[in-house]
This record gives sequence, C-alpha cells and structure tokens, in this order.
Amino acid sequence: MSDQTILRPATEDDLRKIVADALVDLRKLALRGSGSKDQVGRGSGKATIVDMTALSGVVDYDPAELVLSVRSGTRLTEIDELLQSNGQMLAFEPWDAAPLFGMPSGRTTIGGVVAAGLSGSQRLTQGAVRDHLLGFAAISGRAERFVGGAKVVKNVTGYDLPKLLAGSWGRLAAMTEVTLKVLPRPAASLTMVARGFTPRQAWQAMAKLLGSEAEVAAAAHLPPGALDRAPITAVRVQGFPPSVEARCRMIETIETDDVPFRRVDEEQASAIWAALRTVSPLGRAGPLWRVSLPARHGAAFLDAVDAAPDEWLMDWAGGLIWYSGHKPAAALRAEARKLGGHAMLLRDNAAAGVPALHPHEPTVSLIEERVRRAFDPGGVFETGRF
Amino acid sequence: MSICMPATDSTIIARRDEIAKQLRRIVPGEGVISDPTGLRPYESDGLTAYRQMPLVVVLPQTVGQVSQIMAWCHEHKIKVVPRGSGTSLSGGALPVGDAVLLGMGKFKRILEIDYEDRIAVVQPGVTNLAITKAVEHAGLYYAPDPSSQIACSIGGNVAENSGGIHCLKYGLTTNNVLGVEMVLADGAVVRFGGRALDAPGLDLLGLVVGSEGLLGVVTEVTVRLLARPQTARALLIGFDTVEAGGACVAAVIASGIIPAGMEMMDRPAIHAAEAFVGAGYPLDVDALLIVELDGAVAECDHLIGEISRIASENGACMLRVSKSEEERTRFWAGRKAAFPAVGRLSPDYYCMDGTIPRRQLPLVLQRMTELSERYGLGVANVFHAGDGNLHPLILYDANKPGELARAEAFGNDILRLCVEVGGVLTGEHGVGIEKRDLMPEMFSESDLNQQQSVKCAFDPDLRLNPGKVFPTLHRCAEMGRMHVHGGQLPFPDLPRF
Repeated sequence: MSDQTILRPATEDDLRKIVADALVDLRKLALRGSGSKDQVGRGSGKATIVDMTALSGVVDYDPAELVLSVRSGTRLTEIDELLQSNGQMLAFEPWDAAPLFGMPSGRTTIGGVVAAGLSGSQRLTQGAVRDHLLGFAAISGRAERFVGGAKVVKNVTGYDLPKLLAGSWGRLAAMTEVTLKVLPRPAASLTMVARGFTPRQAWQAMAKLLGSEAEVAAAAHLPPGALDRAPITAVRVQGFPPSVEARCRMIETIETDDVPFRRVDEEQASAIWAALRTVSPLGRAGPLWRVSLPARHGAAFLDAVDAAPDEWLMDWAGGLIWYSGHKPAAALRAEARKLGGHAMLLRDNAAAGVPALHPHEPTVSLIEERVRRAFDPGGVFETGRF
Repeated sequence: MSICMPATDSTIIARRDEIAKQLRRIVPGEGVISDPTGLRPYESDGLTAYRQMPLVVVLPQTVGQVSQIMAWCHEHKIKVVPRGSGTSLSGGALPVGDAVLLGMGKFKRILEIDYEDRIAVVQPGVTNLAITKAVEHAGLYYAPDPSSQIACSIGGNVAENSGGIHCLKYGLTTNNVLGVEMVLADGAVVRFGGRALDAPGLDLLGLVVGSEGLLGVVTEVTVRLLARPQTARALLIGFDTVEAGGACVAAVIASGIIPAGMEMMDRPAIHAAEAFVGAGYPLDVDALLIVELDGAVAECDHLIGEISRIASENGACMLRVSKSEEERTRFWAGRKAAFPAVGRLSPDYYCMDGTIPRRQLPLVLQRMTELSERYGLGVANVFHAGDGNLHPLILYDANKPGELARAEAFGNDILRLCVEVGGVLTGEHGVGIEKRDLMPEMFSESDLNQQQSVKCAFDPDLRLNPGKVFPTLHRCAEMGRMHVHGGQLPFPDLPRF
C-alpha cells in the first residue's frame, strides 16, 4: 500500500478538483477516513487514495434541534465527546472497526462510519446509520458538488439520497459533510441476563421480551465460553431511572422457559456489550462474517453452518450473527440466502475471489449498477474493492 | 391554478378504446374503466384543486397482472400513474390525460403476520390503520400514523414516506418498512430488503420509500410492528406567546425527553378547534401545546412531573394533565379536528407542510403574519412542534376570482421562507405537483440533476408518474451532456449510462 499515491484535500474544492483530474487521467479514487476498514474487501490496488481526514470539524450543532452537521473527516471520538457533554448520542451505536484488524481504536471518522453503514447492538430498536443520516454534501463521480436530504429531522423533499449514501462504501460519491439526527442519551441503563438457553430458546425469550411492554433496547446471546461457562442471553433496559426500574421488574415477572432474567452489575453489563461491539471473543485473526437474518432464523443458521461455540455471537435478538468459522463462502452464503438473509465478509479474504458484499439477484444487481452509474458514470470510485 | 402538467399526446388519447381493450386482455371484466362516468371518481386526489381525467383506469388484482400492464405500457410507450387510496395532499396521484391510471385498491390482503419477530407482510392496498387493527389483539401496532390512516394505503405511505404525529419518537414510514416487492417500468418484478434488519449492497429500499411513484409500483410491503406501550398520557399546556411555547418545546427536548407526540396550535387554530368540537381548550392563550407521553406507567408519571416543571419555568399560563383515557382523547379531539374546524371559518383552505429548524419558529410565524396581511388571506397554524413540521392552513374562497391563485402564491412564499431559514419544502406530504416548481428553491441544478440521474436508472423513458416532483425532466440520454462544465467532455470515450 505504501507505493500508492495519497491525496489529502483540505477543502471541498480541492476534492472536486481531485475527482475532475482523476476523470481526465482515468485514475481510480479510493476514499479513506482513518483507514480502519481498509482491509474490508479486496484492497484498492492501484487506486489513488483520497484521505478525507483534513475535512473535519463541527459545522452546526444545536442540541435542542436534535441535529448535528459535521465534516466527514471528523473523528468519532470527538463527536462522542461533544454529544456526551450535551447529554446526547448517536442512537445507532456507531462502531469502530479498528480492533477487528488489530489497529488502535479511536481514530475512526464519521464519514467512514456512515459509508460503511454498520450499526451496533442498539440498531435492533433505534435504527441503523441509514435511519439517522438526515443529509449530506458530496462530490459526485462527475466532479460536481451536490447535496441530498436536509438539516432538519423531518423531511420528504425529493429522493432520499442519504439512504443510498449510508452503506455505499465510497462507491457513489465522496461525502464532505454529513447531518445526523442525535438523540438524548439515556439517564440510566440496566442489563439483565438469563443463563443456559440454547440459541433457539434465547431467540424465543428475546422475542417475548421485545413483544412486551418492557421496551428492551438491545438483546443478544453469547455462546458458552464467550464470557462465561454458561451461554448468556442479555437484554438492556434504558431510559429514565424510575422507568428502567419498573421495566426491569416487569421482565423479572415474564415467564421465559423457567430461566429467569436477573440484573447484572455495571461491570458485567459493560463486558457483555463491549464483547458484542468489538467482537473480541472471536479472536483477532481469520475470517469474520457478519450475517443479517430474520431474527427467528439466527439459530437455524448456526445449525446449518455447524458453528462451534467459539465461532459465533448473536445480536439483534437473533437477527445478526457474527461468525468466525471456516465454512466455505459459497455454502455459507447459500444458507444465509435460503433463510432470507445475507452474509458480509468483513475480515480476511484469504479465500481469494470471495467478494466482501453478498452478491444480489441479477435483477437487483442490474438496478444497483445503474444507480451507481447515476452517481459515478465514469466509474472513478469503482476500485474493484467490492 | 398555476401548475402546468406535461403536454398530452393527442394520438394516444385517440387510441383510448384500443388501449382499454388491450388492457382488458390482461385484467378482464370490470378491472378496466374507460367511460367518462367510471373515470370521474379518479380525476383527483387529496389535492382537490387539481382535476384531470385519466386516459384509462386499470385495477389489477395480481402481481402478474401489474407486471404485464407495465410491460405492455412500456412496449407501447404509454405513461403510467400509480395510485393507492388517492389521499395524497400534494397531487402525487393526480392523473395525466394520456396516461393509464394504475389503481392498487384491490391489493387488500394481509399476507402474513409473524408475531414473534413482529413483522407483517401486506399488500399495498391495505390501509395503514388496518395493519394495526389486525395485530392489536397481540399487543402490537404499526407506528406511523398519518392523519388519513383510516383511508390511506400502505403502498401510498411507502410512496410518500408518510409520517404522523408520533414520528419524532417512532420514525416515518422509511424507518418502519423492512422490504418491498415492486414492479419496474418495464414490468420486471424485484424485491428490495426483506425480513432481516439490514439488506446487502446499496439501500435501494431506502431510495424507493418516498420516491412518490416515480421509480416503480409497489406490490407488497413488509413492515416492522412494535409492542403497544403500557400506557399513554397527555398534557395540555397554554402560553401567552408563541415564543414561550417554542422555548418550552426546546427545553423539553434539551432535557432529554422525546415525547410520543408534541403538537402546537396558534390562536386562530385554537379558536377554530374549540368552536368545532368543544375540547375544553383555553381561549385566552396565544399558543397551546399538547404533549403526549407513552411507555411504562412509571415513565409517564415521571415525565409528567418533569414536563410540568419545564412548562412552568417557561411561563406556561395553564396546564392540565389527562387523568383518564377519555380525557386524553378529548385533548386530542380539537387538534385532530383542526383541519375541518378551520374549514368552517372559510369556504376553502389550503394546507402547507414545510419543516423548519424549531429555533426559527417565532421569526417564521411573524413573517407569516406579515404575508397574511399582504395577501389579504387569513392563516391558522398547527404544528408538529417536536420535529418542526409546520402545517399553516391558508383560508380562501375558490369562488372569488383570483383567490386560489393568491392562496397558492401565499403558500409558495411560506415554503420559500421555510427554506430560507434552513428548513425544507415538505415534511410529510410529498412534493407531487404541488411543490414541484419550488424544488429549485431548495436544490441547486446539480442537486436536481443527481436526483434525476437516479430516476433515469429506474425509468429511462420517464413514463412513470410524469409531471411530479421534478420541475423539469431532461431526457435521460441528455443527462451525461448536461453535467459537463464549459461544454468540454473530459473523456468522450468513457462509458456513459
């Protein structure tokens, strides 16, 4: 990677010129924030790297409007600090991928978070990145500046282009500024745990709690050995202290297969959610798959790929499986597809030729290709990474 | 009526009978309407100032029929306007004289309910409220609740990305839909999303929601259901000034509370509503706030205390807390009847839908008063205060020459004002034909060109729902040229799609 050219635009106009020049020189551009997800996909080969980190800083933030506009190279840690000092948060639980690749955490940029579109445990009830991206400014593959969405929390004017940009992995346009919906940080948070469920029982128990009045914010299941000798099913209850207390009492009375949910202390709670956030129980090497499924099929997927207890974690009440086993890609994806889901290969492309993103049905592929060309007709952002 | 629709092709209109006959081969019997009496009910939608008889109405019953209709129209170069229940307030389903109107009203089945995973799969003609009715016995509901929810269809909600009074806390349609099946302009049937929370690749589902029927015809919708909160309570809070009411709203949100609903009414709206339904609203206040809280009983109790404290700190001059479900419903009765109530003040009213950053509310209301004087037309305001979505109701009389045009000009000035202060043209009603020509107020030429490029990716011949959303549509083949600066194409041999 060291022989690759790296450009670092300081302004939107610099960036526009870089794209315009690349169009003339027929060069490919690989957009990069901190580089924490550089190893996702096949690498950008000969593409010129565009380092977006100089385009940083808060543009506008008024906590009472629930809206934050920042330049895309701004570090997530800086945003977190700012929001925290105002009692707010990004409710999709933005996610720093650096530890997955043995890199130090803390440098991830908001542009990278948005472009990857990956959300944390709270995505189950609070929505994903795509649900919180209200607007953006970007430079298209035509070297033109354009905006999509807006800077208010409620807007249906024109096409919802922010949905396309969230999770676009730098393949549509280079975002220079993003506007995000921010929400109050819960005043209290309690985690309750049941021990001993099989994955299928865990799904049933989590589904029951999510269908109750207890308003669970996050629900996950860890196999035996991940944090404890017993399998752990955890739910998080958060909000105002009197409400959290009342809802935890509700959960204690809900019948879940004779295995009760009990409160755990803050240390255990943070270990559970950190394990899910960093995927640390699955090690730091080898393949890592992120499999999104209808929640009821999470357990069936684990059976289908014959996952050993040290090869998986289950989040989103069964709807997200992290899998680090060695099931061949084609077979794994076929199982995910059969169950109505899809599998993203987030780490380790040792098996050359395995695309990181789950391939589409041909009709959807065709539309997706046309939509990409609508933003980037010359393919300047198509580095072959995906 | 100042909005022009695209010129119609008289040679297509001349072929009406033949086109109806061909469509009857696909949808036999009464599913094809081509006689003037039968077409009449379809000449308008919720934006009733605009009327246009469609070429032919076709009412398919199966996805296969929709696909065949689209393929036939594609092959014969006939435009298509999709329609759900026809409740659009922005003219999104207004017919076009030389276009087939494709009504989805017969797709009324709820196909599947997964109670454990809290998902419903429904046909697009199912009404918004019918989804909740079908699952409420299990303690579940579908969250987005546009005010037309008794009549509006979920397919129309997907097209418009409909909201409602609870969307600050629970999101719009786009945040509550997991997947769609849709038929493209050429008849191809595709699925975006599904039952998993995340879909692979580009979020085409997110693009389709709110695309106002310009990208395809939705034939199936998968929605997320939520557990019904344990209880709901409401507060009624009055203020001497709109500024004080606005400051209270900001203080509630800054304190970390996201109410289930937070609605504000100004003096004209309060008086109209009270005269109409007798909800017990105070008549000596300039702003009235309804704050609804839902969730665990303990949560509502706690937040009622918090909000009462914040309200008094912000100069509230009256405050009542609902003590029963009946009282909570009564608090809402006036707000929910605000539109018809205002309708009694005036022969006609015109409902606007801009969103502003909430901090701009006092300025916007003051400027609106000035505009009201200049245009000589009254205005009443109801306002989704939590998210800054304004619904000014402009009072006019369509029978007085020039008043409709004046009302539209007044409305356009209000929307320009919304954009000027950092807001948007539409918070939930859609662009349709109504705000189409104002799009350049909010978007630059390159912004609009980018959106049109996306339209071209789905509908390169521009035959789906023509005349809506875009002030001008360039031929898709011209899009590449349009984007070149200074007339120089940097690389003429680059592939262009």
